[in-house]
Amino acid sequence: MTNPISLHGGATLTINGFPVTVSQGSTILDALNAASVETPRLCFLEGLTPVNACRLCVVELEGARTLVPACSRRAEQGMVVLTDSVRVKHARKLVLELLLSSVDLSLLTADIARWIEFYGADLERFGKKAARAETNHDACRAGSHEALKPGEIGSVATPVKIDNDLFVRDYSKCILCYRCVEACGADAQNTFAIAVAGRGFEARISTEFVIPLNESACVFCGNCIGVCPTGALMPKSEFDMREVGNWCEEKQAVTRTVCPYCGVGCNLELTVQDDRIVKASSPRDHDITNGNLCIKGRFGWEYVNSTPERRGSGEKE
Amino acid sequence: MPPAEAYGVASFYALINLQSPCRRTVHVCDDIACRTRGADAICNDLEEQFGAEGVRREDSATAWHRSPCLGLCERGTAVFCETAGSEPVTIADAASQNLVHLLLHPEIPVPRRAESTFPGEQLGTSLPLLSRAAMPPTPGIDAYRFAGGYLALRRALQIGPEGVLAELTASRLTGRGGAGFPTWMKWKAVAEAVGNPRYVVCNGDESEPGTFKDRILMELDPFAVIEAMTIAGFATSAEHGFIYIRAEYPEAAEAIELAIKQSRSHGMLGSDILNHDLNFDIEVRRGAGAYICGEETALLNSIEGKRGEPRTKPPFPVQHGLFGRPTVINSVETLLNVLPILMYGGDTFAESARGGVTGSRLFCLSGCVSMPGIYEAQPGATLRELIDRAGGTPDNTPIHSVLVGGAAGSFVRGDEMDIELTPEGARSAGISIGSGVIMVFDETIDMANIVKRIARFFRDESCGQCVPCRVGTVRVEELIERFFKPGADRDAEIALFNDLALAMKDASICGLGQTATIAIASTFSRLRMNSATIT
Repeated sequence: MTNPISLHGGATLTINGFPVTVSQGSTILDALNAASVETPRLCFLEGLTPVNACRLCVVELEGARTLVPACSRRAEQGMVVLTDSVRVKHARKLVLELLLSSVDLSLLTADIARWIEFYGADLERFGKKAARAETNHDACRAGSHEALKPGEIGSVATPVKIDNDLFVRDYSKCILCYRCVEACGADAQNTFAIAVAGRGFEARISTEFVIPLNESACVFCGNCIGVCPTGALMPKSEFDMREVGNWCEEKQAVTRTVCPYCGVGCNLELTVQDDRIVKASSPRDHDITNGNLCIKGRFGWEYVNSTPERRGSGEKE
Repeated sequence: MPPAEAYGVASFYALINLQSPCRRTVHVCDDIACRTRGADAICNDLEEQFGAEGVRREDSATAWHRSPCLGLCERGTAVFCETAGSEPVTIADAASQNLVHLLLHPEIPVPRRAESTFPGEQLGTSLPLLSRAAMPPTPGIDAYRFAGGYLALRRALQIGPEGVLAELTASRLTGRGGAGFPTWMKWKAVAEAVGNPRYVVCNGDESEPGTFKDRILMELDPFAVIEAMTIAGFATSAEHGFIYIRAEYPEAAEAIELAIKQSRSHGMLGSDILNHDLNFDIEVRRGAGAYICGEETALLNSIEGKRGEPRTKPPFPVQHGLFGRPTVINSVETLLNVLPILMYGGDTFAESARGGVTGSRLFCLSGCVSMPGIYEAQPGATLRELIDRAGGTPDNTPIHSVLVGGAAGSFVRGDEMDIELTPEGARSAGISIGSGVIMVFDETIDMANIVKRIARFFRDESCGQCVPCRVGTVRVEELIERFFKPGADRDAEIALFNDLALAMKDASICGLGQTATIAIASTFSRLRMNSATIT
């Protein structure tokens, strides 16, 4: 290292052989971003406390016995980090394979699809996933599990929870990234309606005693939907359109506007298909909302679709 | 606490019942040590004569479950029995008829099991760790004082906190829980930390299958645990201690609670202990059925009333421990070593150095041995010596293999008995001593059955936080099931296993996921369990 002590309390690391300097308090992931090294990650989201649970962002750190998570590990002066070693690639590939073998990732983002290809993940490495099972994970007792069915491999498949008109919870798509729990809790909403329940492979996101959302503390802000990386949490409007095959991203446009309800001025991103609003969200890079909304902003747009003119045009059709 | 979080915590622990309450619940250990002593037959009997596992029988309002290791391996088959309205108890050498009777008649009280004992040869000897515990049981603080109790604490008060740290440093004591970290480094870091409060935590959550030494120490020598924790508090300026005892050890918890009460009334806990400026008190915290809580950061979360999910390290507990404060956390056996170190000096303690360790340590002999129990041995003892002390296998059946270090340890072959049980000896043999488990399997044992149980153990005990362990342990269990089926492509399964094991070892958050494949891997590599040997 030509720069053993960096200025301003920051840290200079060597990443894949090249020096990178980051400010104090940065993580290895910040350094990787600064060095333009793409790092796959699923549980990490800017603005939420890193839980380093998915282990997709692991890197090799010289002197460390195991790989370390880039998202939460603080960058320290002199760290030597590898992101393309055999060990890193192996671990990332296996993490992808383990997730794909157990979770429904059919709503893959382009990112995940690219990582799967890059790391050469084999989707059926461990055998064929069971067809959508009707396992009731909510009833599992910690420390025990149902006997294996011959020829099947375990998956988290479970019936979709539809217990209200605003959003659905399809935990067959849940990778337990903890983002929804954090967004519902101290990182954003401070409502604490959901938590991780159960243990091990039977761990799941749940309300107390699995009560329906409308009986729980849930205020239907939908900020959990905003942070869900796999589509496990989804507005009912989108879910219903997908069910009948009407959800068509090619026909959609996203328009940024300001929420009309109160004086805060939250930014809204309205997804519009066939001239109708089909979904509302908020940009995470907006400094007022940080991606968060309330029930009105997120779900209270149906009236726009049913103004007199629209009703009129609807009747003509 | 929000209800959803409370539910999240409660549903994490196996012994917190969230379904209809039972008048009595019987947990039968069907883990590997008890499997060598007839646990499978007992479970079959219960299924036939009482009903299916985990199903509450309406007439008696009782149920039974299979349980992971209950730490009563020297007297298995072990049973943990909860009865509504009374304290839970454990049952040693359980028999099917007795269990069925207890399940059908929850109104009948369960008799208290006999005290833990030692294999005879160690009685009345001057072993550094077991001398007091091996005396005939005369409970109470006076008996403890008579047996040399508080000499170490008095010495500590004479030489001051720096003196204690100097003795500990000279002793080169390392942790006995499994990781073998130098104890003085933890104590020194907390002693030098800034700000109060700070904490001393005793890890009494011993749950590694085949380990039962800490249970016996807590049951038979509870005042020593308290004295050692008090010394730790003195050395690190901590005024508050917690001792975390697994739920499956009700007798140990009772002994410790009683000893704490007596210590308080005799001024040995509380303020101005021994008329010195020393304030220290201890609270007991009970586990609720979770192996993972033996991992130190999971244990800290559990004390805080959270799910027992391990934290990411760094930061380490000495910097950011219980309630975010500097914390010393040591296992029961580690703490007990502090007493001889202070009584006889750290240099004297270190004279026993051999193979990278100082001081005697306790080994838990179980499985196919004539006299199972805990054995204290000086550094350098070999596997053969320990097994010989335990009387060898019954009827001198040839030893097939020995599991060293517990479910997170390794199997060695019956012809590898010369391994020296020191860190270096173990390392050169490619194994680790872990928590001191020596579980012997003779040629009558169905090893496939044992390996399957180990795979199930880790699947059931994974906390579920990280993907490699949460899903990996499931895939390993499935793989092992397939492996033992006729017509399996065993070489392909071993290749897949090795890929899984590498990722779990490298990318899991904590020691559970990192070590969950080691014992199984050793059955492939050392026991050569592969296509050629399985028919």
